[in-house]
Amino acid sequence: MKVLNIPKIDFVGKRTYAIFASVILIVASLFSLSTNGLKFGIDFTGGTLLEIGYSQEVDLAVVRATLSKANFKSANVQYFGSTKEILIRLEPQAISSAKLSSKIIRLLGDSVDIRRVEFVGPKVGEELTNDGGLAMLYALIGILIYVAFRFEYRFALGSISALIHDVIITLGIFSILQVEFDLTVLAAILAVIGYSLNDTIVVFDRIRENFLSTRHTDAAKIINGALNQTLSRTIMTSVTTLLVLLALFFLGGEIIHSFALALLIGVVVGTYSSIYVASSMILALGISKEDLLPSEKEEQAVDNRP
Amino acid sequence: MNHYSGLKNVLIAFFLLLSALYALPNIFGSDLAVQVSSAGDKKVTASDLTKITSILKSKGVNYKSAAISNRRILVRFTDNASQLSAKDYLKTALGRHFVVALNLAPSVPLWLADLGGKAMSLGLDLRGGVHFLLEVDMHSVLAMSIDRYYNELRALLRTERLYKSIKKEGDSIAIRLKMLDSKAKVLKIINSELSDLVVLETQNKDPLVIQVGISDNAQKQAKNNALKQNITTLRNRVNELGVAEPIIQQQGLERIVVQLPGVQDTARAKEILGAVATLEFRLVDEKNDPQTAIQSGRIPIGSKLYYFKDGRPLLLKTRVITTGENITGAASGIDQENSAPMVNITLDNIGGRAMLDTTKKYFRHRMAVVFIENKVESIIKNGKVTKKRTTTKDIINAATIQGTFSTRFQITGIDSAREARNLALLLRAGSLSAPIEIIEERTIGPSLGADNIEKGILSVVIGFVLVLLFMAMRYRVFGMVANVALTLNLVMIVAVLSLLQATLTLPGIAGIVLTVGMAVDANVLIFERIKEELSTDNNIQKAISSGYDKAVLTIADANITTLIAALVLFSFGTGPIKGFAITLSIGIVTSMFTAIIVSRAIVNKIYGSKKIQELSI
Repeated sequence: MKVLNIPKIDFVGKRTYAIFASVILIVASLFSLSTNGLKFGIDFTGGTLLEIGYSQEVDLAVVRATLSKANFKSANVQYFGSTKEILIRLEPQAISSAKLSSKIIRLLGDSVDIRRVEFVGPKVGEELTNDGGLAMLYALIGILIYVAFRFEYRFALGSISALIHDVIITLGIFSILQVEFDLTVLAAILAVIGYSLNDTIVVFDRIRENFLSTRHTDAAKIINGALNQTLSRTIMTSVTTLLVLLALFFLGGEIIHSFALALLIGVVVGTYSSIYVASSMILALGISKEDLLPSEKEEQAVDNRP
Repeated sequence: MNHYSGLKNVLIAFFLLLSALYALPNIFGSDLAVQVSSAGDKKVTASDLTKITSILKSKGVNYKSAAISNRRILVRFTDNASQLSAKDYLKTALGRHFVVALNLAPSVPLWLADLGGKAMSLGLDLRGGVHFLLEVDMHSVLAMSIDRYYNELRALLRTERLYKSIKKEGDSIAIRLKMLDSKAKVLKIINSELSDLVVLETQNKDPLVIQVGISDNAQKQAKNNALKQNITTLRNRVNELGVAEPIIQQQGLERIVVQLPGVQDTARAKEILGAVATLEFRLVDEKNDPQTAIQSGRIPIGSKLYYFKDGRPLLLKTRVITTGENITGAASGIDQENSAPMVNITLDNIGGRAMLDTTKKYFRHRMAVVFIENKVESIIKNGKVTKKRTTTKDIINAATIQGTFSTRFQITGIDSAREARNLALLLRAGSLSAPIEIIEERTIGPSLGADNIEKGILSVVIGFVLVLLFMAMRYRVFGMVANVALTLNLVMIVAVLSLLQATLTLPGIAGIVLTVGMAVDANVLIFERIKEELSTDNNIQKAISSGYDKAVLTIADANITTLIAALVLFSFGTGPIKGFAITLSIGIVTSMFTAIIVSRAIVNKIYGSKKIQELSI
């Protein structure tokens, strides 16, 4: 028989430290979110964005001067990826129209390569913001229902608190670093929800199995055992996912950069939360073996029949 | 012993072969092509094909092949220069009944195409192109409806002299009666003749006033008609622009999505799509001087003040001879005499008759062409978004009538050849029934599209290779099995995407990358479980089978929750997010097949029927 080295790390015993760490992270995130806010991209704020390519290095001051001479004073010009490419951003103007970008293109001359133009009207930006919030909410509700149905309400609450934990911290880091938050980042956050949940469910599944297969009643011990048994898998999956995300982050190009960043943060936080947050939560909610034996009641009901 | 039945193995092999077959079209790349399709609903025919090939031959343009497929003719080329020159030759030779456009045609072998094999369709962010979201100004639609009902109602009630006054008040009409007795009669007329109108409850307690508005149903109808008509006009305009595979779709109740893959001159596309322009032909008021009219502030009755684009004023008669609606044809050209840009106009019979009468009667008088454009723009004022509507009316030309003419004539006085081309195009395609505003634009230039594909593929490949190496190192033989499953998973995702013709976008590629990372999760779960089973039980075969069995439920639970998140993304997301949700969902489903069933089949083949002492896991 091959002896498998299942680690015996006392996760549950250390949970006070973990809770402490999580609380600090969440408070810091919420603080930054309420003071700095998120740096929303034009998807949500509305406005105009142009990505322009030049055949040689370009001086930002020259571009800025050209634009401000033509009364585009609020234009934000910066390099994008290299010094041959620039990104021009215009806040939503008093009169908002898709024609602004054509005007700028005419100003910059014919020799430039128009790589990307985005214009989002003010109304559309508002709608995308609302839809994004709704999407997040519906995803959480859908998951809550599924987990409550497949496991037990304590598990549902445990997984949702882990998800909210992950989302707040990921958003918080975006707020602290002031990385642009656009539609693709929102998609990434929803993917983080999916990933973190995937992780949590695997742990929960094992917790349930162990509750049902042992005579022990010490919930903390059982949960700790399950965490250790799944630890190797948790780490393996995180590593493979992080590998591809790193590939995406470094090679996927500028457009996908913040998307990959959100996922990188989310996977790390999500892995941590499925070990510490979700299981601490169900322990705090007082899970016990009886809670996981719904069939017993039904059997009793059958027995009690005359 | 672990083994699948022969049938099960055959089924698995069948699915995998099928996937490989339908993923195959993606490796052939694509040809530069010119696409010719009919501008109307007509199909292109074999005789069109011969015509095209003979045009190309006579001009000495080399082409690779030419064939009819999918109601269009595709002519393939080996180089860019012949593609471009062929497009120009064909466009001039075929005229306006055909749409001639540049395209990239996937070069899928015929036998594969016959089996329904198609390459993945690439989103605008990968192939370059324009995405517009247009909003129809429904306020104008209702205002126009109210105008129409007002005229009808007034005509109906006037015959019996039933009202004292009738006027428009916002989006309703107020009728003031002469006496209370006629109220019943008026209501009856409205009910029977204009059933789209409803009597409104008003604060105005004056019993002599009837306030009517348009019924909800009729409003909905009017909006819907405006939307449909605008879509038709936009389609005509896009056809005129010559775009391969455009998408013009209704979205919601008042919006239209227009996607033009491969369009490079986006400024022109914007001008053309959003323009609500028409022409009016009016006689010049030659008796009165515009300057005195301006100074005195009194415009003579029967005349109206207009301006040229350069600001010169001119008095025109209020009566309109004919408008752009009667124009059936328009082509831009160059005036032979002074080489100025011009537009050749063809009118329908009604317009022609009006023009003939006028030119006969007012020979040697002056006639003006007025260019009318309606615009809607969003304005942010005190944080609130409102719409600003503007109408500009410019005289583009006022010339002396030199002879009588009816359906065919020219307009000159246009600033540039480009403007002449645009004007001709707009007149041909018909006018929009209501002003539209571009409320969202996403343009990806061709160079960025190519970059995105390159970077997307590179990150998939590198991420994939890293995962393969890592799995092989960690799980040895079983790791290799997982790697085979992962590779097959990638093939299946591509096959499903190709079959569904779902649009692959850059976030879609990111979804594939993420799936690659997450797909091994199922195998990791299984392998860890087998390891565990091995540590408690010596029976290797039993360990394999209970490892798989115990892990499957966990995998299903975990994947279904991820799928829920992906489906929410799909239903709420727009363009790029949808692409991500699609590949993620497909990846989750196919990964369950490959990671559980396919890997099991391979493991069974390797270990299932032997007595073995140790697993390489």
